Amino acid sequence: MNKWFKTGKPWIWLTAGAVSVSLIAVLGLLLLIGWRGLSFFWPAAIHEFQVTAADGSQRTLIGEVYDSEEIPVTRLEESGVFLENYEHLTVERYLVKIGNREFVPLDFTWVLETSISADQQPADLAVLERSKDGNFYGYVTDVLENGESVVDDPAQLRSLLFERIERAVALNEQATELEEGEINHINYQLNELRLERRSLELKGELDATAEQRIAEQQAALREQYREVEKHLFDFREQARRDAVVMRDMRGEQVRIPMYRVLDANFPNDMNVFEKTGHFFAQIGKFVSQDPREANTEGGVFPAIFGTVFMVLLMSIIVTPFGVIAAIYLHEYAKRNAVTKIIRIAVINLAGVPSIVYGVFGLGFFVYMVGGSLDQLFYPEALPSPTFGTPGVLWSALTLAILTLPVVIVSTEEGLSRIPSSVREGSLALGATKAETIWRIIVPMASPAIMTGLILAVARAAGEVAPLMLVGVVKSAPMLPVDGNFPYFHLDRKFMHLGFHIYDVGFQSPNVEAARPLVYATSFLLVTVIIGLNLTAIGVRNHLREKYRALEQ
Amino acid sequence: MISVTPNTSNTETLDLANLTTEQTALTINDLNLYYGENQALHQVSMAIPKNRVTAFIGPSGCGKSTLLRCINRMNDLVEICRIEGEIKLHDKNIYDKDVDVAALRRRIGMVFQRPNPFPKSIYENVVYGMRLMGVSDRRVLDEVVENSLKGAALWDEVKDRLNDSAFSLSGGQQQRLVIARSIAIEPEVLLLDEPTSALDPISTLTIEELITELKAKYTVVIVTHNMQQAARVSDQTAFMYMGKLIEYADTNTLFTTPSEKKTEDYITGRYG
Repeated sequence: MNKWFKTGKPWIWLTAGAVSVSLIAVLGLLLLIGWRGLSFFWPAAIHEFQVTAADGSQRTLIGEVYDSEEIPVTRLEESGVFLENYEHLTVERYLVKIGNREFVPLDFTWVLETSISADQQPADLAVLERSKDGNFYGYVTDVLENGESVVDDPAQLRSLLFERIERAVALNEQATELEEGEINHINYQLNELRLERRSLELKGELDATAEQRIAEQQAALREQYREVEKHLFDFREQARRDAVVMRDMRGEQVRIPMYRVLDANFPNDMNVFEKTGHFFAQIGKFVSQDPREANTEGGVFPAIFGTVFMVLLMSIIVTPFGVIAAIYLHEYAKRNAVTKIIRIAVINLAGVPSIVYGVFGLGFFVYMVGGSLDQLFYPEALPSPTFGTPGVLWSALTLAILTLPVVIVSTEEGLSRIPSSVREGSLALGATKAETIWRIIVPMASPAIMTGLILAVARAAGEVAPLMLVGVVKSAPMLPVDGNFPYFHLDRKFMHLGFHIYDVGFQSPNVEAARPLVYATSFLLVTVIIGLNLTAIGVRNHLREKYRALEQ
Repeated sequence: MISVTPNTSNTETLDLANLTTEQTALTINDLNLYYGENQALHQVSMAIPKNRVTAFIGPSGCGKSTLLRCINRMNDLVEICRIEGEIKLHDKNIYDKDVDVAALRRRIGMVFQRPNPFPKSIYENVVYGMRLMGVSDRRVLDEVVENSLKGAALWDEVKDRLNDSAFSLSGGQQQRLVIARSIAIEPEVLLLDEPTSALDPISTLTIEELITELKAKYTVVIVTHNMQQAARVSDQTAFMYMGKLIEYADTNTLFTTPSEKKTEDYITGRYG
């Protein structure tokens, strides 16, 4: 045994074991959130259960089986439910999503396996995805136009339904386009005019001509607005024309206006290929659409955009800052106690809890800097703040400070790895120190700078706590980038995937509906961070290749 | 005893103690150098003639590289280094306060032990010094590249791949590229700090041939470990020992009839 220890084999086993555990942990994490998140998009079968209640009454349940669990019979008995002629110690129960939120108190319900007397999956069962009140499960019975049925032949029911949905969706899209495009633009201009007027007023330059000019422009814009609005109402009116009639699990005919329907599916009637297509289509919608219904439905596009935009902005701020600071510390600062203290302070900054940076960002950036900016440059908008309120710029700045130590430390390491012979070579050709640094040293240190940036991005993209204080919101009405001059609106609040996870998971009115979204969003956040990192790693490897020979 | 083939080039012998101003490139007067408490150079005085190759030889740690690095003020980079005495380039002490060090180094170029090309293309390596001076006219630069690479006997080997990375060259080629880079800015003096110590014999030979050609245009000062090399390439040789200049004479004289006992011991291989 002693001999075995001396061979060093246990050491190899120990080290390999540590690597395996880390690997399993990472893979396990990815698999869990990936599986849970992605399986949400797979079209689930719709069951039609006949359920017998304890008092013997029968009812029908239509919905997806969302989850199942084994519970001990004793626990059921404690809560007053007694199972007759049941011998096992545990009993399985299903969580069924029955949807139809406007007709039932809860759109999720638990069903005991023993109470199910029949379980069918009829091919005719449809699930309607709606813009309000979530999914609707039931049988399609009729399609209406202006209240009149247009179905002559029951075989055409589905094709008619799809056709009418397509029309309504197209009309809705046109309406949204109008709202987000022209109407938004007109409102923006109107607001600008209001601010211009106020600004002139504050300066005491508001004379009759200026006032008249602004009033005329406002009137023109309002006129334009009325035109566009007419179109908008027209689209809405047209979309209102159709409706679909569904028979729900209570057996009642329910009329659902077509403009509320986003999509219809018959999952029980799909083959694997159709299901796969649907799966990818759902993922596409998830990453490209806006959230609906307090974030429990729809997509997360604004959150993806906000996360990436904020991280890029942060990178743009932190890289030059960190590099310049590192150059000073490494190239110019004297090697003495003060430099040592500064360096230790910088390294320790990385250990400060991120929420502290959030508090600092709120106090310094938002209130002090932002408040001063408002008074200097945006007095016309006061008392409503422009920059004196949390926003994407302040978030990026706060995270830039948070990640600054990482960039400084790795840049310094890169600088110290550059052989002095190259420095001397440049100096011997008559370059000054500054010229040597900018022409030779910094390019050669760029792979190390990229490493710092990779670490910074990885940290910043996952940070949520400080953002809650300096700019992230549950739902941002507008993206920080749009078609209105100056196109980048850094004062706006934004959505973030990390905060979205927290919000959907813990602040949601509908916990069960939100749970798969938590996994899906987590998986997406990990994917986004990996994507950002891979991009940076690609750039770094390219740079390394370029400056490779100096590693010898 | 090491057999030494003295330099056969037919340059006339100079009286090193009494050079005329015309003949002198550099004058070193009473140079003392300290690294903190340690004195590395003791009262070095010598005159380096123009358009000649001067070699510094001596055992490791004798201060020959230190002396060389004094000539273009490379020792400025060492914080604890302190220098007394003067080095004159055209009657101007290069250690005077009003001297622009960068401009000085443009006039006194230097090539180091290990080839140190920049992580740029061959072309950009050669024009680095020109770009520093603000030259960006493509025609001027092209001409400089061709002339310098020809001057460094590298043109024929690289003329078809000027945009390749300098790292794609062999060690000997890299060293010649570094020489080309130095002569691209037309210095007056070229300092070579053991330029062949990291190279193979064939590359060494090429560089040695190059050095003898370079002296037509530049004053060359070379530090070398290799006595045969000093004998082959230099016109006059300085022998240094323990930070002191022991003997400085015409290469032929120094290797055949050294006047100092220490010199003789060294060149006959009794230490070093």
